[in-house]
Amino acid sequence: MKKLGWQYWRVKQRIAIAAVPLLTSGCDRGILNPVGPVGSAEKTILINSTAIMLAIIIPTMIATIGVAWWFRAGNKKAQYRPDWEYSGAVEMVVWSIPALTVLLLGGIAWIGSHDLDPAKPLKSATPPLNVDVVSLDWKWLFIYPDQGIATVNQLVVPAGTPVRFRLTSATVWNVFFVPQLGTMIYTMPRMATQLNLQANRQGVYDGISAHFSGDGFPGMQFKVHAVPPKQFAAWAASAHSGPALDASTYDRLQKPSSYVKPLTYGSVAPGLFDSIVANRAPLPISPRTTPPAVHVSPKPPLGHASNVR
Amino acid sequence: MFGRLTWDAIPFNQPIPLITSVVVILIIAAIVIWVWRKGWWPYLWSEWITSTDHKRIGVMYIVLALVMLIRGFSDALMMRAQQSFAIGASQGYLPPEHYDQIFSAHGTIMIFFMAMPFVIGLMNFAVPLQLGVRDVAFPTMNNVSFWLTASGALLVNLSLFIGEFARTGWLAYPPLSEKAFSPGVGVDYYLVALQIAGVGTLLTGINFVTTILKIRAPGMSYMRMPVFCWTALASNLLIIAAFPVLTATYAMLMLDRYLGFHFFTNDGGGNSMLYMNLIWVWGHPEVYILALPAFGIFSEVASTFSGKPLFGYRSMVFATMAICIISFCVWLHHFFTMGAGADVNAIFGIASMIIAVPTGVKIFNWLFTMYGGRVRFNVPIHYLIGFMVTFAIGGMTGVLLAIPPVDFVVHNSLFLVAHFHNVIIGLVVFGVMAGYTYWFPKAFGFTLDERLGKIIFWCWFIGFYLAWMPEYALGFMGATRRLQHISDPSWTPYLTVAMIGALIIFLGIVLTIVQLIYSIATRDRRRDVTGDPWDGRTLEWLTLSPPPHYNFAVLPDVHGEEAYWTRKLTAIREEKLIEEPRYEPIEMPLNTPVGVICAFFASVTGFAVIWYIWWLAILGLLGSFAAMVWYAWRDEHEHVIPVEVVRANAQERRRVRQELLAELIKAP
Repeated sequence: MKKLGWQYWRVKQRIAIAAVPLLTSGCDRGILNPVGPVGSAEKTILINSTAIMLAIIIPTMIATIGVAWWFRAGNKKAQYRPDWEYSGAVEMVVWSIPALTVLLLGGIAWIGSHDLDPAKPLKSATPPLNVDVVSLDWKWLFIYPDQGIATVNQLVVPAGTPVRFRLTSATVWNVFFVPQLGTMIYTMPRMATQLNLQANRQGVYDGISAHFSGDGFPGMQFKVHAVPPKQFAAWAASAHSGPALDASTYDRLQKPSSYVKPLTYGSVAPGLFDSIVANRAPLPISPRTTPPAVHVSPKPPLGHASNVR
Repeated sequence: MFGRLTWDAIPFNQPIPLITSVVVILIIAAIVIWVWRKGWWPYLWSEWITSTDHKRIGVMYIVLALVMLIRGFSDALMMRAQQSFAIGASQGYLPPEHYDQIFSAHGTIMIFFMAMPFVIGLMNFAVPLQLGVRDVAFPTMNNVSFWLTASGALLVNLSLFIGEFARTGWLAYPPLSEKAFSPGVGVDYYLVALQIAGVGTLLTGINFVTTILKIRAPGMSYMRMPVFCWTALASNLLIIAAFPVLTATYAMLMLDRYLGFHFFTNDGGGNSMLYMNLIWVWGHPEVYILALPAFGIFSEVASTFSGKPLFGYRSMVFATMAICIISFCVWLHHFFTMGAGADVNAIFGIASMIIAVPTGVKIFNWLFTMYGGRVRFNVPIHYLIGFMVTFAIGGMTGVLLAIPPVDFVVHNSLFLVAHFHNVIIGLVVFGVMAGYTYWFPKAFGFTLDERLGKIIFWCWFIGFYLAWMPEYALGFMGATRRLQHISDPSWTPYLTVAMIGALIIFLGIVLTIVQLIYSIATRDRRRDVTGDPWDGRTLEWLTLSPPPHYNFAVLPDVHGEEAYWTRKLTAIREEKLIEEPRYEPIEMPLNTPVGVICAFFASVTGFAVIWYIWWLAILGLLGSFAAMVWYAWRDEHEHVIPVEVVRANAQERRRVRQELLAELIKAP
């Protein structure tokens, strides 16, 4: 019997050992493991604010259970005060505690909102890299206006260099989000948003769309490669050998597709980002061509029907 | 002839909706035949379907809510199952076009057709009783409200069998919900169903604000109203202010979809940001439309089961009205990541946090209500304590989300989803379950089974933590919401635990049905003969269980903040009941089928508009109009309850109370 218990414990221990890396590996890539200044600052605010509030809610939770239990009907030791319904001092305290907490957190929110305004350039001695981001159905297009190249579902940036993003959508709304870099922001059709991020640590990080945008949405993922600045320069130079992103290539690219493998374009039609924002010809935002899930056949237009006849 | 409607609309090639359709149709047919065989149709028609009695309408709302809870929870289980299987190489069992409909339907049904009817049902049942009056201000309109809500629910569920539902999420953000990106009937089902139900909700709001402001028992001043009535007032004021915004927003989107307007389109000068703002101008108050009555229920429960008045009644009233007003000033916190400036984000962030102050005060006041009390651990107090603990966490994560730089990393993530399920389950579901258990004996004259009730509570409580704590963690790992497929296999254990949690909640829902059936079967030994099973303090416990149609033989004369408690104390002190009043015949509104007829034509019109069957839409509108005209020309609208009946009921009630009093006086 004892032996069996031991074996059982051993099995449990093995499961536990196997589970630990499994449970922590997810955290490695999350917002609690930031690799840049924006993400780090946000993590600090998150943890500080949580700590401030836990200092109040944990005692409150314990008091709730404690009071309810002590004053249970069966407890003869508890004093019954059937008319006690008001106390100015208690009222004072119960209004003060949340008010003071909110005052403190409000200060954090005010300062944090201004310091971490997505549109605010990051302080750095290194000049920033410009990247224009376009969300398509269901992939990400990254245009490097200064280098004259573009990529799909792969964002290569030099580590330690601020990156200045302009973002828009050539379709419905999406959110550009790299959890380990910090701040996410909407990409919206006919509008350009701004975002400033920086990766200090070299590595490969996951990027996603964090706003549902249709059937292919789960496959709208990309990788961020933070590489040494020299390696970035070499990559940008070699990228020029890739195919050109002209009007017809773009037209093919913007058709709905999901889980798209990374692509690199050696040259980009000038002003592509601005014309997408302006929804200007020859690149209008086109309706989705995928048929609806339930095959509701739309009425053929009259002209079409007469052609058949 | 039939617009867009063809045989292709029936999902013959999709086994899941097809089998569900067949099963649901068989169940409905079985129920219809059973009721018909039993000969219950005339009773159902004259006593329930056409009833103008606020109590009956309240019960019908709650029945609708429970049925929709089952529908919405089936969606939840399907989503949990998909996310547990569709990890890495597997795509799971639901393709995106189906999965996207399920999460949209889940959100829509749970908010509009589960939470709203449940809360409105409880208000319907309890508010007029607590105010000491015979009915709401507009009893017929109340019936119309209910049937319009039911019509919306019918259309949403019809989309499962005919056509499809929206694949846009529960708020249908454009441009995704515009014709260019969602050409099918799904978004039309969503819009039309919610427009019809929205009219019903707005009418309810008007009805209850009028009732609470204008119709109260003699002596029932504002500061003597039970807190539940105060929260109902605040909630219905919010309905009146917010629901027209929703109607207008959906109307604009319908104009875009039906007539080629450009309010929110990508081209033609449309701006989808406008929709985001408008929908949340409704959407944030909506949270408090659900939350405030739940606070009210917990206030009643805390005071009744502690055997004490509510601590800090004036504070509670002030906090309720403060929340009511501030809730209109915070909508922007739903999109801090849209790129507004730092000032705008900070101001809305701080405004959102300020709501935590009155809410925090409420928590402390419930705590001090129990302090010095004699807390009886019945089912409703379990929900109260479970709520206070759970809601503290939900409140904390809510304040975190209100800090813009924190929101920048958890917006739209599973952290957010966990937060709002934390408050919706921890507050609204726990609240309505407490209210359901608390007022059930008043509605039906027997209590629900206590032991099963406690098991149901623990299922919800434990199930909630298992289902949602892992989602908080996943949010920190960068998991966003609405994923039909999970790429990161390391999330598997969290998703598995969440699935187990959902199954435990499912057990709780199944047991709720078991509890109902078991309690009905054993009702004879759980009768509430006193009309006051919990030693209550408010006027609903003064009358019989179940109350007669007219609630009170004579409108009670209110002295003191706790109307019934004061009466009980006076009776004990003076060792006698108050003088027997002079009974008079009572005029009550007649039942009317106008509500169900209007809702029938509204459903027909809605269905026709969804499928572009214009002649039918016109017929439906004409039918509705004709029903209204017919109703307006009625000759009789009240019937008189003879004084003998009133007297007999009242004297029976006095006899019971006399016996109770004698026992109380005898006891030391």
